[in-house]
Amino acid sequence: MSETTAKYKLDREINSILATDCGSTTTKAILIEKMDGVYRLIVRGEAPTTVEAPFEDVTMGARNAIREIEELVGKSLLSEDGVITPRRDEKTGVDIYLSTSSAGGGLQMMVAGVVKSMTAESAQRAALGAGAIVMDTIAIDDGRKPHQKIERIRHLRPDMILLSGGIDGGTVSHVAELAELIAAAEPKPRLGIGFKLPIIYAGNIDARTHMKNILGEKVDLRIVDNLRPVLEKEVLGPAREEIHNLFMEHVMAQAPGYNRLMQWTEIPIMPTPGAVGICIQNTGEQYGLDIVGVDIGGATTDVFSSVGGVFNRTVSANLGMSYSICNVLLEAGVANIMRWVPFDIDEGDLRNRIRNKMIRPTTIPQTLEELIIEQAISREALRLAFEHHKSLATGLKGVQIQRSMADLVNQTGSGASLIDMMNLGILVGSGGVLSHAPRRIQAVMMLLDAFLPEGVTRLAVDSIFMMPQLGVLATVHPKASAEVFDRDCLIRLGTAIAPVGQARFGEACLTVDVTMPDGRMVKGSAAYGEIKSIPLAEGEKAEVEIHVTRSFDVGRGRGAALRTQVEGGVGGIILDARGRQPFGLPEDKAGRIAKLVEWIKSLDVYPIDVFEKLVK
Amino acid sequence: MAHAYTPGLKVTQEAVLKKRRRLPLLGEVLVKEGEEVTPETVVARTELPGNPHTVAVHQILGIEPEHLPECMVVKPGDKVAKGQIIAKYAAFFGLMKRDAKSPIDGVVEVISPVTGQVTLREPAIPVQISAYIKGKVAEVLPQEGVVIETKGAFIQGIFGVGGERQGVVKIAVDSADAVLTPELIGPDCQGKIVVGGSLVTGAALKKAAEVGAAGVVAGGIIDTDLIELLGYDIGVAITGHEDIPITLIITEGFGRIRMADKTFSLLKAVDGETASINGATQIRAGVMRPEIIVPGHQPKNKADTQDLAEGMTPGTPIRIIREPYFGMLAEVVELPPELVVIETEAKVRILKAKLADGRVVTIPRANVEIIEG
Repeated sequence: MSETTAKYKLDREINSILATDCGSTTTKAILIEKMDGVYRLIVRGEAPTTVEAPFEDVTMGARNAIREIEELVGKSLLSEDGVITPRRDEKTGVDIYLSTSSAGGGLQMMVAGVVKSMTAESAQRAALGAGAIVMDTIAIDDGRKPHQKIERIRHLRPDMILLSGGIDGGTVSHVAELAELIAAAEPKPRLGIGFKLPIIYAGNIDARTHMKNILGEKVDLRIVDNLRPVLEKEVLGPAREEIHNLFMEHVMAQAPGYNRLMQWTEIPIMPTPGAVGICIQNTGEQYGLDIVGVDIGGATTDVFSSVGGVFNRTVSANLGMSYSICNVLLEAGVANIMRWVPFDIDEGDLRNRIRNKMIRPTTIPQTLEELIIEQAISREALRLAFEHHKSLATGLKGVQIQRSMADLVNQTGSGASLIDMMNLGILVGSGGVLSHAPRRIQAVMMLLDAFLPEGVTRLAVDSIFMMPQLGVLATVHPKASAEVFDRDCLIRLGTAIAPVGQARFGEACLTVDVTMPDGRMVKGSAAYGEIKSIPLAEGEKAEVEIHVTRSFDVGRGRGAALRTQVEGGVGGIILDARGRQPFGLPEDKAGRIAKLVEWIKSLDVYPIDVFEKLVK
Repeated sequence: MAHAYTPGLKVTQEAVLKKRRRLPLLGEVLVKEGEEVTPETVVARTELPGNPHTVAVHQILGIEPEHLPECMVVKPGDKVAKGQIIAKYAAFFGLMKRDAKSPIDGVVEVISPVTGQVTLREPAIPVQISAYIKGKVAEVLPQEGVVIETKGAFIQGIFGVGGERQGVVKIAVDSADAVLTPELIGPDCQGKIVVGGSLVTGAALKKAAEVGAAGVVAGGIIDTDLIELLGYDIGVAITGHEDIPITLIITEGFGRIRMADKTFSLLKAVDGETASINGATQIRAGVMRPEIIVPGHQPKNKADTQDLAEGMTPGTPIRIIREPYFGMLAEVVELPPELVVIETEAKVRILKAKLADGRVVTIPRANVEIIEG
C-alpha cells in the first residue's frame, strides 16, 4: 500500500498498535509492532461481538478479543478504563488503539436527490463510499407517487438521510419538494427513541434557507457543500466527512457501550466498509493499477473499485453466504448455481440444504460435496454483487461529452460503467469463503469464474480479513498500515492471463514465453476451452510475452502480442483460455460437467481421490 | 474461537422469562410495576402522526408557487373535511375560476410558496402494544414500554414465520417422528397451536389455516411448501411480519427431520395449556429465534435442568446440523483438543460422537448443537 498522507497527526513515536474491528458477529483484534524497523502483525484475537442482548455492551467483546492477545503475547493491554495508551513499558500498554465497527447493523442510510440518475445517484455514491448500507433512494422521478415515497420514508428507520438536488444557482423548487416530503413523513431514527433524525443537506446552495424553514424544526439538519455544484462535477468529500461525524456523534453514541469504546481511542471509530475502502484505494495507488476488491460476508457483499483514481463502493445488502444465502438462490436461480457443480444433485435437496445453512449460519462444509456446493453459491453471489457494482460505478450521467472520430467506432454514452475488465489490474478477495478456502487455488477459481477478468490481472486474497483495521490505521500511520498490508495481509495468488474471444474447443488460443526470475525460459500454451498454470511462487516476478491467435485479444487488440510483468502466487501464471464475451461454459449438462471436471483437475483444485469418487 | 459450537436452542420446562415491550415512539405506559397482566392487556400506547397528503395546489389552480398563499382559504392548523375547498383562484374579472379541494379529513400542515404544494395530515393513528404473555410487570420504562416477567415452559424453534399469537397447545400426532397431515387437523383445532412431529405438509398447513388454528409447530417443512404458504420466497432470514393467518414454528430445519425427543416431550407435557407463540426469526447478531412460551406451567419433575456453563463434555446429547449426518441425534464421545484435517482439507476442531445406531463418527464442532435443558 502506498504511503498516503495521514489524516490525523500524532505527536509521538508509534511502535505498537492495537486495532479492533467490531463486526456484526465477531470482534477481531490485531496487535502490530515495529520489529527491526518494520511494522509487522504480531498476533490476532477474536471473540463474539456483544452489542446485542443479553450483553448490550460492545466493549465486552472488544475486551475478550484483546484479552486473547494479552494471553498470547504475555502483555498487559487492558485496564479498568480501557486500553492502556500510551505504552508504559515493554509489557504494558500500546502506543495507540484504533477501532472500526459494523456491529448493530452498521450504518444504515436513506438518500434522496432530485433526478434519479444524477443527484440521487451522486448521493448514493457518497453514502456507500462512507461505508453505509443504502436502504432506499428517493428521487422526484423514481416512478413512485408522492404518497408512496412518504409511506416508504415513514416505514424505514434509517440512521440518517442524505438529501441532495440541484446545481448551485439552479432551481430550488424540486429539492424543496423533496424536503417537504421528508418533513411530512416525520422520519424517526433507528436508534435512540425520542431523538431527532439527522439529515445532511448537500444540494443547491440557494435552497439552504428553504431547507432550514422546512426541516429545521423537525430534524437535526446539517448543511454541507453541494454534491453536484455543477453538472459536470461530483464533490463527495464534504458529505462523506459529515456522514462519518454523524456516525460517531449519533449512531455510535446510541449503540450499546460505544460511548465507552469511543473514550478508549483518540481517533474516531470508522464504519468498517469505509476503512476497507481506504485500504483498497491505497493498494490501487501503490500498484498504479485499476483495482477491484470484494468482501463477501454472511449477510452482505461489498464491492470496491478504484479506477483511474475514482473510488466507488457498493453494498449488495442481501447477497451473502449465510443469513442471506437464500437470496442468492432467489436472485441467481438454481440453474445458475448448478452450472458450477460438476455432479448431479436433486434440486429439492439443494434448496433444503441452502435453507438449512441460512438458519444455522455458523456450520461449515464437512464433505467435499458440501464444499463444492458452497463455493458454487459464492460464485453467483460474487457475480451478482459485481454486476450491481458495475451498474453504479459509472461516469456522471447527463453530462455532455465531446466526441472525436474514434468514438464513432467505440461509442459509450455518459454514465457508462467505469469498470473496464481489460484494464483491471488487480482483483482482491476477502471474506470467509475466499479467505478460508482449504486450498488457495479454490479462491483463484472462484474469483476467475465470478468476475471473469480479461487480459492480465493479478489476483490476491486478504489472509485474515484485517483490511478494516489497516484502513483506519492508514488515517493515522500510513507507513505502518502499508507495511503490514504488504507483508502480513495480502496473499498473492498469481496472475491470470485471459484472452477475450471465442473459438471451437481445442483450437489454438494462447501461447506465452516466460522469462523466470532465475533467467530460465519457459513456454506455455492453452487451447480454447482450457485452463492451465505455469508455477511461479509467491513473491516472484516474471517477464511474459503473450501471443494470441487472430480471434483473441489480450489487451492490445485482436491477434496482437503483449509483453508484461506478472506476479507469482499459489496459482502461478494462470492461462485462462476458457473464453470471454462469452465465457465458454457448455450449456448441455454432459459437456458442462466434463469441462468443469477438466478444469478442476488441471489446476488441482480439490483433493483428487475424493473428487474422483464424487463425480463418478 | 470462543464458541466452537452452536449453543443450541432452549427447551426448558421451567424458566423465568422477561419480555421487553416497547413502543415505536415515545408515548404513555398504562400499567404499573408489579401489576398482573394477560396477553391481551394493553400495556402502553402512543399516537403515530397521521398519514400526510401533499396536494400540488399551484398546478390545480394554474398559478406560480409564490402566489399560493394569497389563494389559500385555509391556514396551517385549520381542520378540513374531505371535499372542502382549500384554495381558490379567479382571473379575467372572475370569468375564469378554479378551486382546489381537500382529498381527506385532516389538518392543514404546510402551505409552501416554494413548491406550490399544500401538506394535509390525516388524524393521528393510535398505536398500542399488548403484554403478549401472561405475567406481571417487572419494570416500567417511562414513556417507552414495560418489561413483563413470567415463569413457565420455554421452547425455541429454529425458524418461523408469522407474528405473536396465543392459543391452547394441541398435540396432533403420536410420535416425534410422525408427519402432520391434513387428516389430523379438524375443526377442534380452531384457535389452537397444533403440534406435529417430523414434518408439516403443505396441505396440513393449508387445512390448519382453514380451520382457524393459531399456529403450527413441527420438526421440519419442505422448502416449496413454505413458499406456497407465504406466496413468495424468503431471501433473508428476517421474519415475523408476514401477512399470513397462522404462525408456523419449525424446531429442527428444512426437510423431514424427527423433532428432538426433548422438545416433543415438553410439548406433550404442556398439551391443553395456553401458550404465547411468535414466529419472528432473525439470524444475525443478536439471534432471534421463534418461541413457544407456556406461562404458569408446573413441571412434574425437575430432572431436566442441565448446567451448560461448561459447554460440551463426553456424554452431552447433541444434534448434528449439517450434512452428511444432518438432523441425527448423537452423544459426545470424545473432544480432541487438536485441529484435525477433514475431507474438505480444512483444519478444524472436531468431536467424536456416537449416533443412535451405534456408529461413532467425526464431526466438526461447528456442525453440532447441544440439546439444551
